[in-house]
Amino acid sequence: MNLHSVEMDRWSPIILTLVTFIPLAGALLLLSLPRRDRDIRVFSLVVTLFTFVLSLHLPVHLHRAQAGFQYELDRAWIPTPNIHYHLGVDGVSMWLVVLTTFLSPLCVLISWNSIHERVKEFFIILLVLETALIGVFVALDLFLFYFFWEATLIPMALLIGMYGHGRKVYAAVKFFMYTMIASVFMLAAILWLYAKVGSFDFVTIQNAIRNGQVANFTGAAQWLFLGFFIAFAVKVPLFPFHTWLPDAHVEAPTAGSVLLAGVLLKMGTYGMLRFNLGLFPDQARANAWWVMILALIGIVYGALVALVQPNMKKLIAYSSISHLGFVVLGIFTFTQAGLDGATFVMLAHGVSTGALFMLAGILYERRHTYEILEFGGLASSMPVYASFFLFVVLASVGLPLLNGFVGEFLVLSGAFQARAIYGILGATGIIWSAGYLLWMYQRVFYGKITHVVNETLPDLDPRERIALLPAAAAALVMGVAPLLWLNAIDPAVQTALAPFAQLASKVVGQ
Amino acid sequence: MFFLDHIWLIPLLPALGAAIMFFFGRKLQKATVSAVCVGAVAMAFVFACFAVWQYTGYAHDNPGKPFEKIAYTWMGTDTDHMNYVKRDGTLAPCHADAGFLLDPLSAIWLLFVTGVGTLIHIYSTGYMAHEGGYYRFFGYLNLFMFSMLTLILGNNYVLMFVGWEGVGLCSYLLIGFYFHRQSATTAANKAFIVNRIGDAGFLLGMFTIAWYFGSLRLTEITHMARSGHFAIGDPIITAATLLLFVGACGKSAQLPLYVWLPDAMEGPTPVSALIHAATMVTAGVYMVARSNALFVLAPGSMKTMAFIGAFTALFAASIALVQNDIKRVLAYSTVSQLGYMFLALGVGAFAAGAFHVFTHAFFKALLFLGAGSVIHAMSGEQDMRNMGDLHRRIPITHWTMFIATFAIAGIPPFAGFFSKDEILWQAWSSEGGAYRLLWLVGYGTALMTAFYMFRLMFLTFHGQARMSHEVEPHIHESPKSMTVPLIVLAICAVSAGWLGWPHSLGGSNRFEKFLEPVFAREAEVFQAEGKAAQLAAGRKEEEHTNPMEYFLMAFSIAAAVSGFGMAWKAYRDAGKGYEEPIAAATPQVYAVLLNKYYVDEAYDYAFTGRRKVKGVRLGVMGLGDASSWFDSHVIDGIVNGWGRTTRLFGTFSSWWDKWIIDGLLVNGPAILSRMLSYPLRLLQWGLVQWYALVMVIGLVGFVFYYAVR
Repeated sequence: MNLHSVEMDRWSPIILTLVTFIPLAGALLLLSLPRRDRDIRVFSLVVTLFTFVLSLHLPVHLHRAQAGFQYELDRAWIPTPNIHYHLGVDGVSMWLVVLTTFLSPLCVLISWNSIHERVKEFFIILLVLETALIGVFVALDLFLFYFFWEATLIPMALLIGMYGHGRKVYAAVKFFMYTMIASVFMLAAILWLYAKVGSFDFVTIQNAIRNGQVANFTGAAQWLFLGFFIAFAVKVPLFPFHTWLPDAHVEAPTAGSVLLAGVLLKMGTYGMLRFNLGLFPDQARANAWWVMILALIGIVYGALVALVQPNMKKLIAYSSISHLGFVVLGIFTFTQAGLDGATFVMLAHGVSTGALFMLAGILYERRHTYEILEFGGLASSMPVYASFFLFVVLASVGLPLLNGFVGEFLVLSGAFQARAIYGILGATGIIWSAGYLLWMYQRVFYGKITHVVNETLPDLDPRERIALLPAAAAALVMGVAPLLWLNAIDPAVQTALAPFAQLASKVVGQ
Repeated sequence: MFFLDHIWLIPLLPALGAAIMFFFGRKLQKATVSAVCVGAVAMAFVFACFAVWQYTGYAHDNPGKPFEKIAYTWMGTDTDHMNYVKRDGTLAPCHADAGFLLDPLSAIWLLFVTGVGTLIHIYSTGYMAHEGGYYRFFGYLNLFMFSMLTLILGNNYVLMFVGWEGVGLCSYLLIGFYFHRQSATTAANKAFIVNRIGDAGFLLGMFTIAWYFGSLRLTEITHMARSGHFAIGDPIITAATLLLFVGACGKSAQLPLYVWLPDAMEGPTPVSALIHAATMVTAGVYMVARSNALFVLAPGSMKTMAFIGAFTALFAASIALVQNDIKRVLAYSTVSQLGYMFLALGVGAFAAGAFHVFTHAFFKALLFLGAGSVIHAMSGEQDMRNMGDLHRRIPITHWTMFIATFAIAGIPPFAGFFSKDEILWQAWSSEGGAYRLLWLVGYGTALMTAFYMFRLMFLTFHGQARMSHEVEPHIHESPKSMTVPLIVLAICAVSAGWLGWPHSLGGSNRFEKFLEPVFAREAEVFQAEGKAAQLAAGRKEEEHTNPMEYFLMAFSIAAAVSGFGMAWKAYRDAGKGYEEPIAAATPQVYAVLLNKYYVDEAYDYAFTGRRKVKGVRLGVMGLGDASSWFDSHVIDGIVNGWGRTTRLFGTFSSWWDKWIIDGLLVNGPAILSRMLSYPLRLLQWGLVQWYALVMVIGLVGFVFYYAVR
């Protein structure tokens, strides 16, 4: 199971630390750089690109057939309370790390011109945010996890509050308060576990629970499950805890939206997979029915609300709620297909919705509005932009051979295996998504140009193309060769499902 | 075996063409675009011919065995670890390969799709010569060929679904090709979304199959279904096949999901010919025929399919009777003919259904291309009321279209006669009893078909010239690139049916014999069921020397001739303001038919919500409005209300703190003691004069006191 069976190269123990903290180091260096905006942008780009290249070490050297955590580093950090600096990834979290490092340079590129005030602060915040996001996925010590978890709030709230538009302060405060209050419940659960186990270490706690060494666990388990769950459900966001998301997205700057939808939301679903399933399998199973119903409501409801939104960005935000419903649905099916699919949707949604937000941002830079009615006929004035947009829309509606399909297919088949009616209701999701996205596309790009300003809008410039191409290429490759991802995800999912298999076989009687 | 082993090149060639157009098309000359795209499809056709030729050799060595070639594992994992949970709780590996399957069924589709596809590509070089977005058009067309060939060659349902959705996408792109036109893009959205409803059914059908059989691979499922372990009428197989049929209804435009196909005529005419007549819309038929081993185990699904098919055939044909747009007539005709095909599948005559797909591909493509040639000649006019007397001005178009009309009307020895007659005979003989109704419906449809087709021909090519004077001088026959495909297709529309020349007329029905390995087992199942004597596939052809068959054959020829006669009588001399016989007889019926039974309107009220009922939106958009209101008022209202309550509480706390805690309890005693001490303070004012005054007063007081006492 563990490290001893695997030959590790000498980079392995420190690679996660490097990937996590290089952006932060970059931010610290930025502090001391003079306020020359261009230099600051280039420097940030180099740092994020370097981090991305470095993070590719993870999938390249991952031992795919092997279950359990890899690239582990476990050092005592604070003796009392017993906090460890414990990092490690499995196939699921590794890809989320790579997703983060993949999107970060694109965020830098897309903010190149749109941010022209307090540029230095912006990129410092962005780099700090990257470190915090990666930290969430690599931390295996609950205290460390909670630290990174809350650490993402501050830079994101600053991004929205300082660089947003419209009701930016309202949105930033709402985002901050809503998700922080929910996280307090998780903190309580973590502290309860520490009090009983005497360690914040994920693996230690997991083993203690499995071996029945935690006093009073049966009575508290449901509350612990809910404590974690509420924090994650708000972050996902799961219906009905979602209303912070549209506001945050609409007011956030483009880079903020990309990271918010692309990565931040996945913290919630990742948390469910890692902690709700990993620590409390029995409770997860007992509570699955209502979680799945909420997820299904989210899929349909998010899509219906998205359909009638007059604001492009709000539409994409609600579509995220719908898509993340698929992820939660997949996780709580406790089937291999469901969990593999859920993880794949997380990645696919990060790429395609990230790209959608970048595209919306590009339009905002030109017209300073997201209102769909302000546009129409853009396919004539911005043909390349229109092609990119259509490509990403198709990826998002789950067209086969693009990335959205693989995940949705696996999630739905998992849901169908768990209980047919969930699969049937979930499958309506593929109809809704086609409805709201294609209708939006028609209103923005087709027909005749209705506003004179739109006639002379410049098409994509080279920088914007460079920012969009990687996302589009990733969407295609993930759809054509999903095996590259699934091969790493699957062993991790099997490990996560091990306790459920025992439960299942008990039920079936094998 | 080069061609068989590299069969994946067949879909890949047009994909390559599409990719070149996508990346470089904008900078290429029109001639280069044509060379690349037509070349890619033509090469695919040649490749397909060789592959099928090699397959016949392969089939000779391995009788009844389809050829399979797996390129790589697409979905699933290398280690076979990703599993499905089957119904009984056991696990089965979840695998969807990029794998290709060639058997007689896919061979037939492969040949006519690439063949007709090549012709239509050539035709398009003429038709689209003066249009903008030339490279875009050919790129989409090549992408379509890729998707369609993937659909045909996929060796599992998931890969079939890839092609299935891919053709849907290309249909969307090509219907909306003239994207400046609102009606075109709306039609494109309609096509995609209605198809998606069907796709959801297909997807669920797949899940049911995986859950029940533990596989999505076509050969494995067929093998299991034929193993005899499954009872006829198995409810889960019935559910799975019904779900698959929902998918087929979407793609092949059957009731109630047919609504997108007539609107799809917004696309350029070669697209209508290729996608919305000859190839894509037959994908549903293909999928059902592919799943024949499952469908025969589900008589309920078969009957549903037969009745929906028959009813769609009649329903669409009746609409076609009165339409004035030349392409709309053909569109409803396509829906109607697809209904025939499902009728055939539903009565177990899979081979007959496939045969009709095959002949229909030629004559319907020819009709659409001919209509395109007419529209081209008429400078874009599509309304038959403004045509007439074109037969001398565009003779090649006229004669080739007439051949196609003879074919679709079912006049021997043109292609449609053989396939349609086979279907009608199977409908008559399959079950007997009430199911003879299916034959009657089919027969009525045949009559209508003959009428509306000859109506189209007479209104377009004969009668008096009714076009405007601006258009008239520009009427010209189309260029060679367009007429040559017409002629080639006309030859096929005459002769394609001969492949299925029935035994009863002294032929050998090579078509059904070729398909025997795919469907033969079904005949055995039907025999086991006891109804077989009359049913299904090729091998019982020999029994068709039934006198009834000759009688019905004569009867349906009579229908075709009388349709011709009625149209001749009504439209032969049609001048300006000619009279529609149906309108003259029953104006109400005419209005209903002309408005297509108001189905689109009903859907807009009830399902989409594009039309309001008394100012209220229903349907999906109504739900969206309601959800959006609920979201911003109730859910977000609670959140904001929570926030506001907290702030109110904060304000109150602050007030409480200031006035009660600090004011009453802390400052209160202070104020009290200050008030109480006020009199005392008066004594201690700190003003020296005051002290002096008090001292003086006191002194005077003392003095006075003692003095008075």
